[in-house]
Amino acid sequence: MESLFLRTAATLIVPLQIGLSVFLLLRGHNEPGGGFIGGLVCAAAILLWGISRDFPTARRLMRLHPTTLIGLGVLTAVGSGLAGSLLGLSFLTGVWAGSIPWLPFVGEVKLGTPLYFDIGVYLTVIGVITQIAFALEEAD
Amino acid sequence: MMIATFLLLAAAMALTVIRLLRGPSLPDRVVALDLLGFIVAGMITAAALFADQPGLLDIVLVFTILGFFSTVAFARYLEKRRFDDD
Repeated sequence: MESLFLRTAATLIVPLQIGLSVFLLLRGHNEPGGGFIGGLVCAAAILLWGISRDFPTARRLMRLHPTTLIGLGVLTAVGSGLAGSLLGLSFLTGVWAGSIPWLPFVGEVKLGTPLYFDIGVYLTVIGVITQIAFALEEAD
Repeated sequence: MMIATFLLLAAAMALTVIRLLRGPSLPDRVVALDLLGFIVAGMITAAALFADQPGLLDIVLVFTILGFFSTVAFARYLEKRRFDDD
């Protein structure tokens, strides 16, 4: 499907959407947001890029293979759990390392293992969703 | 004021659902589904306004962006189907 309108719209919307996904990721899950929703929005952006151009282009946009992304995400999440263990606490205990007082649009960002865990979830969700969509696309 | 707003949105929704159910062709139904998404976004916005919960507006933001994506995906499916029929 080649559409000039869609391609132009995607060029504007995709960066906005990736920015929104990072915003959702950083805000954490005490308010609407978190790693899962952020990952879904980012995956939707990548797929929109794929639909407006073609799917090999979307694969190149990701740089990494979706499966690599899934593995990286799960490792990151496990790493956030191990941080608690190394300090003598139980596995997956939240450890806070301070906070960034202010970031544009987001406000205060608390740094710690829960955010690190969310980043793992974010990467895993992007990998899973794009992998499913690419597989479905290549099946026809 | 709140009741009037939600009644009007519900009326719009009812009319759209009629189009969704009757729609003679598939593209009609897809457009109705898209419109239904916008009405739901309007309802969430109205709820955010009346309940004084600005956090709900972020849900509207994500909802409309994903709604746009779903419409594009439907359009792609329709195009594909048309070429397969030829």
